[in-house]
Amino acid sequence: MTQAQIQRSANLSILEAEPGERKWRDYFTFNTDHKVIAIQYLVTTFVFYCIGGVMADMVRTELKTPEVDFVSREVYNSLFTLHATIMIFLWIVPAGAGFANFLIPLMIGAKDMAFPRLNAVAFWMIPPGGILLISSLILGDAADAGWTSYPPLSLVTGQLGEGIWIISVLLLGTSSILGAINFLVTLLKMRTPGMSTTQMPLFCWAMLATSALTLVSTPVLAGALILLSFDLFAGTAFFNPTGGGDPVVYQHMFWFYSHPAVYIMILPFFGIISEVIPVHSRKPIFGYKAIAYSSLAISFLGLIVWAHHMFTSGIPGWLRMFFMITTMIIAVPTGIKVFSWLGTMWGGKIRLNSAMLFAIGFVSLFVIGGISGVMLAAVPFDIHVHDTYFVVAHLHYVLFGGSVFGIYAGIYHWYPKMTGRMMNEFWGKVHFALMYVGMNLCFLPMHKLGLMGMNRRIAEYDAKFATLNFVCTMGAYLLAISTVPFIINAIWSWMYGPKAGNNPWEALTLEWMTSSPPAIENFHGFPVLATGPYDYGMDRPKSEVDVPLADEREPALAAGPKSALRADPDPNVAANPEDRK
Amino acid sequence: MQSPTIDPAKTELNYHHKAEAAHHEEHPDFRMFGLVMFLIAEGMIFLGMFGAYLAYRSTLPSWPPEGTPELELLLPGVNTIILISSSFVMHNADTAIKKNDVTGMRTWMAITAAMGIIFLSGQIYEYSHLEFGLKTNLFASAFYVLTGFHGLHVTVGVLAILAVLWRSRRANHYSQEHHFGVEAAELYWHFVDVVWIVLFGLLYLL
Amino acid sequence: MWLIVKKLKIIKSLTVNIPSSIWTLLIGIVLTLTSLWYGQNHGLLPTAASDEATLVDGLFDTMMTIGTGLFVLVQGILIYAAFKFRRRQGDNTDAPPVFGNIPLEILWTAIPAIIVIGLSIYSFDVYNEIGGFDPHSAHEAPIAGQAMKMPGAAIAATLNDTPPSTEPNANQIKSDEAMSNPATASVRNSDQIPQKRDAPGMGIVSPGIGASPDNEGKVPGLAVNVTGLQYAWIFTYPDTGVVASELHVPAGKEVKLDMTANDVIHAFWVPELRLKQDVIPGRQSEIRFTPKIVGEYKVICAELCGPYHGAMNTKFIVETPENFDKWMQEQQVATKGNLEQAIALNAADRSPAEFLSPYTAQMGIQPETLHQLHHH
Ligand code: HEA
Ligand code: HEA
Ligand code: CUA
Ligand SMILES: [Cu+2]
Repeated sequence: MTQAQIQRSANLSILEAEPGERKWRDYFTFNTDHKVIAIQYLVTTFVFYCIGGVMADMVRTELKTPEVDFVSREVYNSLFTLHATIMIFLWIVPAGAGFANFLIPLMIGAKDMAFPRLNAVAFWMIPPGGILLISSLILGDAADAGWTSYPPLSLVTGQLGEGIWIISVLLLGTSSILGAINFLVTLLKMRTPGMSTTQMPLFCWAMLATSALTLVSTPVLAGALILLSFDLFAGTAFFNPTGGGDPVVYQHMFWFYSHPAVYIMILPFFGIISEVIPVHSRKPIFGYKAIAYSSLAISFLGLIVWAHHMFTSGIPGWLRMFFMITTMIIAVPTGIKVFSWLGTMWGGKIRLNSAMLFAIGFVSLFVIGGISGVMLAAVPFDIHVHDTYFVVAHLHYVLFGGSVFGIYAGIYHWYPKMTGRMMNEFWGKVHFALMYVGMNLCFLPMHKLGLMGMNRRIAEYDAKFATLNFVCTMGAYLLAISTVPFIINAIWSWMYGPKAGNNPWEALTLEWMTSSPPAIENFHGFPVLATGPYDYGMDRPKSEVDVPLADEREPALAAGPKSALRADPDPNVAANPEDRK
Repeated sequence: MQSPTIDPAKTELNYHHKAEAAHHEEHPDFRMFGLVMFLIAEGMIFLGMFGAYLAYRSTLPSWPPEGTPELELLLPGVNTIILISSSFVMHNADTAIKKNDVTGMRTWMAITAAMGIIFLSGQIYEYSHLEFGLKTNLFASAFYVLTGFHGLHVTVGVLAILAVLWRSRRANHYSQEHHFGVEAAELYWHFVDVVWIVLFGLLYLL
Repeated sequence: MWLIVKKLKIIKSLTVNIPSSIWTLLIGIVLTLTSLWYGQNHGLLPTAASDEATLVDGLFDTMMTIGTGLFVLVQGILIYAAFKFRRRQGDNTDAPPVFGNIPLEILWTAIPAIIVIGLSIYSFDVYNEIGGFDPHSAHEAPIAGQAMKMPGAAIAATLNDTPPSTEPNANQIKSDEAMSNPATASVRNSDQIPQKRDAPGMGIVSPGIGASPDNEGKVPGLAVNVTGLQYAWIFTYPDTGVVASELHVPAGKEVKLDMTANDVIHAFWVPELRLKQDVIPGRQSEIRFTPKIVGEYKVICAELCGPYHGAMNTKFIVETPENFDKWMQEQQVATKGNLEQAIALNAADRSPAEFLSPYTAQMGIQPETLHQLHHH
């Protein structure tokens, strides 16, 4: 028997005899099933992604030529402000919550989230928040002070738009806090009896770190926005220098949230990549515990680096040095993940399907963004490139090359589980190729633009930057085109795709032990872990594993099943006799 | 290699017995844990605002800015004592319900609510007698926004207590085993209390 | 660089069948050479017009070298693995169960750690060299004097009696100093914006010779007051009273800019100096630098300040000292009359825009810009 078969036969009894069909109407109601909510999250956020993407392409159209010739300067500012706000608060952050909703209960063998109704409430705050935000564009006064909304500018650009922006961000922030509470309680309290924390799939670890970060940082943004709205509507002067206030205090409060937010936007996808790579490499994840703990390290370090966005705002020199060093140190836990993923692929039997391609694309693009991030952390250099296209390039490499590729990897990987049908591989690969090329065409030249002197958030620029900008714009159009095959593929496969079966990838984590799509309460009883979440290859007689510096007798040095880094097996039910105690 | 050694069909049994047992139990109650998480988030909003306040305090040439009318200490002092003691009163309610004493719980809860309302009235009285308004200066703004935001929380706390009182009219709604509402209201009340102590120290004493 | 070579070697030997060490070594050497070459020849930066800019470029080149190495390493492994370890047709078995290895994890924890510590130290050094730690400015950043006050004292004294701080408000002093120059006073509204206490220490970045200990306290060769407003830069030369919309400086002399903003946050950026500093209303920020290469560059506003943010640029002209003096004299003649007239007419009932108009018009500042001047 293969590992997947062992895991399956151990869990046969939890399969519902009759999975029970979902009515399509359920997806439009206040439903409390975590799987319905997950699909609601993913579809809604994807719609917002398309809207944010259209705005991005309008931004790029304006920037195709050096002159202001497509939209007015005011509208341009609103466009990139809304583009960023939508992409962050209505796409990446809630899409992470969507995956978490679908996967957490299934992966830990629970029937639902800890607070199903709260879960639905958290979701239903998103559509009004998003519609409100976008409506401001139609009302003719959309926020146009950037997604950072720095006062005093944000106080003088138009009360209505700014007010709407604040309200929607507050709504979306509340939604994400409520989600985080749910994930934390579910993860900590509702694991199936045999599962200790060191047996959780890595996506669960990632969500643990993400949710903790959300819980402590998002409220500070709420605090900042409350004060900002007093300045805006009540005429106080917290951030208004004319009344004695201090705009830099806002920046501290804003970045105390918004730096951690970037890890809120990447950690879930680190988790997804840690699931996708081992399954499709047919090899255990390399260094399970190292990856798990590095998520916690990133989330802790993420809390103490915020002022690297303010190196030119005027903070004392020694503070700049402190924030520079803490920022750079984040490269270390992130490096652990990256190298562990490479170690997982090394010597594997890689199936290069769409999910795996996106995962590989993720690693390759995220590393570029990470390296430019470390460069930005170096204060003397950041003084030069702060607020230029170098930063725009960095942020799109990590957010688009990272988070968005991660989302696609996740969609291609779990689509069969979510819908019960397979996606078309050919069009998946076309999607990947177009997106990978478009991404680099669009964002790679921006590094040079920034270094050479093009600042960000401008509708008009020096004619000497025209060629590179033209290339970027073409890349952006290609990105828009690349989305079309995906949309068609997803819709078509949902209706006509071949049936997937319960475990098309022969994966070992528990979500694959139930039917596809999963039954209403997921499992009939509690699933067990006859194999660990990543015990691939344990079914064959020990093939010679040759890892440098390894000594199979010592857990601290072993590379095989004895390795101290492996997810702990369940001593009660593990199929492998050596894992039994 | 191991599949022959162990029959997977048997391995699952260990848990399915437990599972069977668990099926008859109540769905475990995580609401308290959830509330703690929620209060951490709430605490961070306050912490953020306190941080901003301290930043102003330490960077402005004088604090409160020159010409800020004086703050009376007597009323807020008495108010503080009322709020702090209400926490102890509240705790009695919890002790009572743990002894299945619903009447006792109701009495103590009612007293707490009354003390909360006195605190709020005191706040309103103070507001109406202050010589500065929301926009007078940075200190005044911070004063109103911080105490106001806290006052909002006290109001929610009072409403929560009243809700518990309302529900407790029904016999057996709360009992020795089932009293999440009481505990939640209590925890929330303690939280509001702790926030006030910090706030009082920052605004009035420091 | 040997670090990367070593890392490569280790990772390579992870494989089931170790490639011959010759291969590893060769790849390592190629990788190192590529990185070193690209790190020096990326051609990504504009002219470095000051010594400080050259220092920053050195840092960037180093980071580019390391970055290229890491980039090629990671992409190389990904591509290699995608081909070499592809699943073969018909093979449905799993790969060998390798779960991880602590020594390897330690290795790839330690190497990045060493790299970033090295980078931190290098950055620290450059930051110090360009004057980020000017002892003078550090001295001006006291940490919360008021926080020392005893809480008990506050209860005793009513709040109203809290004496205004007697500590020097360096930001106010700087602001007053700049405003004592009539030309500066006429374009700034600092008097309407309260000054933060220790903001100067917080706002300061002073890349320049003033930084090195032996030059501490040295008077800079040229002081210019810079005012940012929607959407223009106004440069006032306190020594001569000249008001200009372009920044002219002589090559080889240390220049000190005292900056603040009238309305929203702007940022002063000259890419060729690799120098940027936010210009914040209510704060005085100061930068110093010594331009070396004569030429015409650009001052760019780098902080979003409204719709015309993209147009808030002007010329930054480094001239030979002779040309600079000539320019200065021309300006003095041209503005003298205007300025006296402006100041004489600066009656309380006139807005700065009105009294400034005689000579701002000649500076090429748009009328939209001017009416922003009196929005307070
Ligand atoms: C998903 C989002 C995301 C992520 C993960 C990151 C990750 C990082 N970011 Fe980024 N960042 C943003 C999103 C993100 N960022 C956004 C949106 C902005 C702009 C906001 C705005 O102004 O609008 C920004 C801006 C930004 C700035 C401010 C720039 C400026 O405005 O002047 C800085 C400065 O320090 C920075 C640094 C970093 C660093 C050091 C990391 C690190 O976490 C990266 C770590 C990863 C690696 C280093 C790669 C893998 C590691 C190895 C292969 C090991 C070996 C590596 C080395 C030894 C170097 N980022
Ligand atoms: C997750 C975050 C995220 C994502 C995914 C993106 C995606 C993109 N971004 Fe964005 N961006 C930000 C976050 C993000 N961005 C942030 C934080 C800023 C800073 C803002 C600020 O300064 O305040 C920014 C700023 C920013 C700028 C700088 C603006 C400026 O400073 O003046 C530019 C310019 O090129 C840009 C471009 C793009 C492009 C071309 C994409 C593309 O990748 C988009 C591709 C997607 C699509 C094109 C949609 C696809 C779908 C369709 C088109 C289907 C057709 C539609 C229907 C059938 C209805 N972005
Ligand atoms: Cu001034 Cu941008
Ligand atoms: Cu950051």
